[in-house]
Amino acid sequence: MEANETHDVVVIGGGPAGLAAALGARRAGAGKVLLVERDRTLGGILNQCVHDGFGLFLYNETISGPEYAERLIEDVVREPIKVETGTMVLDLGPDRVLRINSRAGYRLVRAGAVVLAMGCRERTREMIEIPGTRPAGVFTAGSAQNLVNLQNLRIGNAAVVLGSGDIGLIMARRLTFEGVAVKGVFEIMPWASGLERNVRQCLLDFGIPLELRSTVVEIRGRDRVESVVVAKVDDALGPVAGTESVIPCDTLLLSVGLIPENELSKRAGVALSPFTGGAVVDQTLMTSVPGIFSCGNVLHIHDVADWASYEGFAAGESAARYAAGEKAAGGTVRVSAGPNVKYVLPQVLTAGSAGVEWSFRTMRPLRNVQVVVKGKTTGKVYARKKFGRLLPSELQKIKVRPAVEEDLEVSCHE
Amino acid sequence: MLTVMDETKSSVYDVAVIGGGAVGCAVLRELSRYDLKLLLLEREADLAEGISKGNSGVIHAGFNVSAGSLKAKTNAAGLGMIYGLAAELGVPHRKTGKLVVALANADRSRLEELKADGDKNGVQDLEIVDEAAIRRLEPLARGHWALYSPHTGIISPYEFTIALAECAGQNGARVLLEAPVEAVDFRGGLFHLSTPKGTFAARRVVNSAGLFSDEVARLAGIDEYRVFPYRGEYLITDKDCGLRLGLPVYPVPPRDDPGLGIHITPTLEGNIILGPSAEPVDDKRDVSSTRKAMARLKAEAARLMPELSRVSFIRSYAGIRPKLVDASDKDRFGDFIVEESALRPGWINLVGIESPGLTAAPAIAVMVAGMIGAKTDLRPKPEFKPERLRRTRFAALGDGERVGLVARDADWGEMVCRCEHVARAEVVAALRNPFGAKTMDAVKRRTRCGMGRCQGGFCTPRIVEILQDEGMPVDRITKRGGGSRLFYGWLKG
Repeated sequence: MEANETHDVVVIGGGPAGLAAALGARRAGAGKVLLVERDRTLGGILNQCVHDGFGLFLYNETISGPEYAERLIEDVVREPIKVETGTMVLDLGPDRVLRINSRAGYRLVRAGAVVLAMGCRERTREMIEIPGTRPAGVFTAGSAQNLVNLQNLRIGNAAVVLGSGDIGLIMARRLTFEGVAVKGVFEIMPWASGLERNVRQCLLDFGIPLELRSTVVEIRGRDRVESVVVAKVDDALGPVAGTESVIPCDTLLLSVGLIPENELSKRAGVALSPFTGGAVVDQTLMTSVPGIFSCGNVLHIHDVADWASYEGFAAGESAARYAAGEKAAGGTVRVSAGPNVKYVLPQVLTAGSAGVEWSFRTMRPLRNVQVVVKGKTTGKVYARKKFGRLLPSELQKIKVRPAVEEDLEVSCHE
Repeated sequence: MLTVMDETKSSVYDVAVIGGGAVGCAVLRELSRYDLKLLLLEREADLAEGISKGNSGVIHAGFNVSAGSLKAKTNAAGLGMIYGLAAELGVPHRKTGKLVVALANADRSRLEELKADGDKNGVQDLEIVDEAAIRRLEPLARGHWALYSPHTGIISPYEFTIALAECAGQNGARVLLEAPVEAVDFRGGLFHLSTPKGTFAARRVVNSAGLFSDEVARLAGIDEYRVFPYRGEYLITDKDCGLRLGLPVYPVPPRDDPGLGIHITPTLEGNIILGPSAEPVDDKRDVSSTRKAMARLKAEAARLMPELSRVSFIRSYAGIRPKLVDASDKDRFGDFIVEESALRPGWINLVGIESPGLTAAPAIAVMVAGMIGAKTDLRPKPEFKPERLRRTRFAALGDGERVGLVARDADWGEMVCRCEHVARAEVVAALRNPFGAKTMDAVKRRTRCGMGRCQGGFCTPRIVEILQDEGMPVDRITKRGGGSRLFYGWLKG
């Protein structure tokens, strides 16, 4: 079947990154922009984030998720951007032909450039292989957030939260508000994986215990969760025998990590990074497939929605330029993560580019840190930045002003 | 109340089948060829909730069973029927072939023993092959020698079970879910089966209650059987794990393993199943996973296919084997029991139907029909339809078909499951299944919603909405019936 419909830029996903990408594409002069969202409304996961804390960077004030979405949506609807909700892209080819399905029909669409903004999914009970029974009452934190905040459903009466991701912390507070007894948050690592402010405002302020270096080693209950067994873990993250305790509860929430949802990217042949789970991109956020760009949580997991939106604006602008025929940048310089750095983005760079800003995350909490960007051939230091403290939960930025001609490494030193 | 009483009075069934697993449903479908009033009683909220969902889904060729046994006979006969039957019912299946590999040269003799057993059982075309042939047949498998069985295959065991029941239903059989038989009374030449859904009278009973077949027999006063539950744990990979396994690969059956050894099996969707372990358990419903078995599955499977050590799994599950011999007596061969009770004529017991019971099910069904036919005149129904209404799977269609489908019914345009590409129309059709199975797991087994990599994270809220649109109150939404409720009502007023 042939694609009879053409757009300059097609943005896949209408969350904080995708909305911004559609706006970015317009700002950079794209004529025909199509924004596709699989849910019934724009906004993505923002819609279920009824707590505040959004917009601090983009709007200089903190607002709730739905309000943040609303502001971006207001800008989008003012533009001649074609918005289709309840519409899902089922396939994307390297030729940028998309297979799209909605209640209005199934069709093929050809795009001058594509922006991937599909977001992420949650790691499940099964991915972390928690032994035990398989009763009802085990929810990922984000699913629970949807059921509680959007459908007003009571998902349980007594809950344990495994993992200290931001959504888990926020749901611990949310469930407490709703009269659900939250017995504790258990985190396998020696530090919380969510933001410090969330640990404080969602747990400490409500007297919810946070147990570090501990995990759920068994789920019990045939039909509905009846209890979970928690235990301390050793340095290899294995459970320590003799430290088990049984916590009666009917609900287990999992906040054990997010995974960029790159199924469509894979279909298009986009190269993925094992460190981010997202695409390998150059400084224009273009993936290994020419004309396909990536931004937001599908590219790498963000701590704050604002950064996903900033990335979206940039990806949308790059996509518009590509669609207008501007030559693709393409990367020849490789940027790698050095000591203490989990990943650096973008991973590739056009030789000779200057003034590029990198996002990076550390492997573990660090104090009095010097971040260094160094040339791998010459040993030249391109940038240096000091931080009093760096946490793996926080995405950080560092800018390199000089033009770069050699492979780089970003490292952190205490 | 009134309906229950009416039911009790008016219904005398010619045959009542107890247990909606693969065997019970195969019996029901076979009997539905004849002019009989049929009833199937299942204790759980859906079919295939027991042994039939927790296995490897392998169509066995029949070389692992003692020559001359009922297992061997029904396996061979079942193999001759199951591919045609699956095609007739529209159940996904594939003849893949199978390798039993010897990881040590010394194990070649065990392969020859297996081949000899198979030859005696009449298994066709078994062949001992060398390492080069193993690599050709399955590049991912390891082994010095292998027994290659070209007629082995794979099938979705729960889809097969559901399809058999649906076909029987279309031919007039009645299926009742959440109807455990709690008491049996024999009077007036009839068996009276008491369930929470009413008491049902039947002239004949087929007890295919699987793990509970001994207990059900006891209800009828037949205290002859004891079923020993042996748990088998499994792990399953993401279908996008980067590895494509073409056929099941088994080790030489370990002497101390009451099963066939931990093997690797492809699913029809492209996942790889590792397992099962084999461990006696006290509770027939204890399908929990253990850390110890998960570690062992990975270690053993990696010996057959080293690449498996670097993939992640999307789910663990477990099934229970209904063994007739206990751990202390493991050298005794426990054959299938398919017999009419001498004490209670008209009551047929099917006990200890473990592997290869899935393959044998159609043959056991024919045996049971024969046993009934020997006592009463079975009149074939001219209107019997061997097929069943097919389910359409959006994900399997081409562009042209999709365009047409969505144009006809917009519910095909609304995607509910992003991982497996399931449309709302499929979920609605699943919820309107003929037997009223309305649990999350029932939707999952009929549509694949929740079987993908997000494991229901995204589609659960959508299915909860659709269930409500279909008229189900939130307090009655369950994972698999009984007390497996998802919600405790609404928040606030």
